[in-house]
Amino acid sequence: MNTQTLPLLEVQDVSKYFGSVIALKDISMKVYAGEVMCLLGDNGAGKSTLIKILSGVHRPSEGQYLFEGKEVHFTSPRDALNVGIATVFQDLAMIPLMGISRNFFLGSEPTKGWGPFRRFDVQHANHVTREELSRMGVQVRDTGQPVGTLSGGERQSVAIARAVYFGAKVLILDEPTAALGVKEAGIVLRYIAQARSRGLGVIFITHNPHHAYPIGDYLTLLNRGRSLGTFAKSEISREELTGMMAGGEALEELSHELAEFARTDEKAAATLTEVAREFGAEAEGLHVEQLPAKFTKSEQQYADQLPPTDGEGKR
Amino acid sequence: MSVITSERMLRTNPLRRLLVRPETGAVAGAIAVWIFFAIVAGGSGFLTSRGVSSYLSVSAELAIQAIPVALLMIGGEFDLSIGSTVGATGMIIAILSTQFGWNIWASIVVALIFAVLVGMLNGYLVIRTGLPSFIVTLGTAYILLGATTGITSIVTNGLTVVNGIDQAPGYSSAHAIFATALGGGQQFPIEILWALALVALATWLLLGTSFGNWIFGVGGDAHAARNIGVPVTRVKILLFIGTAVCSCLLAIILDVKFTNADVLRGQGNEFYAIVAAVVGGVLLTGGYGSAIGAMFGALVFGIVEEGIVFAGVNAEWYKAVIGLILLLAVLLNSYVRKLAMEARR
Repeated sequence: MNTQTLPLLEVQDVSKYFGSVIALKDISMKVYAGEVMCLLGDNGAGKSTLIKILSGVHRPSEGQYLFEGKEVHFTSPRDALNVGIATVFQDLAMIPLMGISRNFFLGSEPTKGWGPFRRFDVQHANHVTREELSRMGVQVRDTGQPVGTLSGGERQSVAIARAVYFGAKVLILDEPTAALGVKEAGIVLRYIAQARSRGLGVIFITHNPHHAYPIGDYLTLLNRGRSLGTFAKSEISREELTGMMAGGEALEELSHELAEFARTDEKAAATLTEVAREFGAEAEGLHVEQLPAKFTKSEQQYADQLPPTDGEGKR
Repeated sequence: MSVITSERMLRTNPLRRLLVRPETGAVAGAIAVWIFFAIVAGGSGFLTSRGVSSYLSVSAELAIQAIPVALLMIGGEFDLSIGSTVGATGMIIAILSTQFGWNIWASIVVALIFAVLVGMLNGYLVIRTGLPSFIVTLGTAYILLGATTGITSIVTNGLTVVNGIDQAPGYSSAHAIFATALGGGQQFPIEILWALALVALATWLLLGTSFGNWIFGVGGDAHAARNIGVPVTRVKILLFIGTAVCSCLLAIILDVKFTNADVLRGQGNEFYAIVAAVVGGVLLTGGYGSAIGAMFGALVFGIVEEGIVFAGVNAEWYKAVIGLILLLAVLLNSYVRKLAMEARR
């Protein structure tokens, strides 16, 4: 697939340190036009740090950042935006009470007239918004409709359409499907496909392999600040991907611990029942293969609620 | 690629769309209180041109401050120093014109420059400290009031009211622009035109310019607006300058009209302006509202204040009525906002 010689965006051995903390170490990845690169990793894997570097919020401590083959040093997200790297952060930078087209052009309003009579060209804004959204496959009747009345997926589509319209060559999407239901997530994946077919390079950050696998051309896995490698979709199965994501051993270990508590500690059992109920399982018959994938995401959160594992006296 | 058409897009109810406009409540409120006082006080002069003039005059004076306050509140901030700014700038004009013999136009220019500085200071302090503007401007309000009183007392040997502005050079031309009456027989003070011009300017700014879009943006979500490239600091400081300069305009009008200045003039206006803006549909949390709404909010205020006088009731009752209207307006606003967020479903 990589028949083009020059990647749109490339990082080589990029590292980022915050004081003595190694947030990222020796990450390399490339994104070509018309391709979706999925960036996968659990919480704390370094996904956020990497996109903040790519989007110009942070500067890398080491390594090279190339855009269209030339090394770049961004000092602000605006710099990145100016060369064509648009990032749609999780908060989407949208104002719920404002209309769609006013949101679409916020900060870059089209104007007509001159001098003190220069005015916001509302008609042009409405027209372009309608046009761009319909190219993404969304029909709006009223572009003055407050963005707050849109569903999460529709809001994502407006944010993506905005980035595309304002000349993005690379689109970075920060967990666009994280807070969405199954159907909505599907719609957003379709927008990503749209952006790809329009020749953009897309970097899609997620911790959900089920969202990444169908859409990604390449998948880069991060774990504890390091890259586990970049795989073409043909090189890795969905199951392998899920396994690498979940960190299989850790999950099994946790399962044993939980079972132990279930036998010996009523309080832990109560907590466990609660956990299990939340994931739709029964506490008695809990086995690792029955745990949904999102369990790992929450393991830290629930581990905090459990009593300490070391003391024998407790039992 | 198939086109996704939400079923929610299919129905739009024109009545509902009218209802969710920010100013609808204030317009309805103004009509309601007008009808009420037309019935109660219609026989005692409320409907005469003197009656109309009296409530339009009160409303215009409030609107001159309520309109920029509405813009500022849409931008997500409060300004409690506007009352003290009226006293301070009014006194600057009076002292320079009477104690130092300046041409009144020169003292007006100095007062305007002072107002711009007050606005910049307010805006800068709010942005730099990150504290709520409610507190910051409360501080500047007391600083201004205290300093005005103190300095006036020093310059005039203990006075708090400075008279004789009509003796200043240039007074007649200033009177023609700021305090003349229109429509024959000393009927309608020109401040009504000032208020109308201001509402036209503010509405054009808000709805017709990029700057207006930024105001909604910074009030709706300053962080998001900054991320997308809106110069949040500049917008907010300009809005603070707007409230201060309009307060100075009111001070000029009142100085010329009454030919004196009072250090306490304008005290309380900071809250009346907020009331008018909120009655006019401006959201306390920012990001929503209109200048036309604020004007109608001021009109409700004026009709109630003067209507009660014409009805022959103790005038102090108007505060009770205004308080009641404020509470109703806030309830109505939160309901309307809910409708707005559902309107096109």
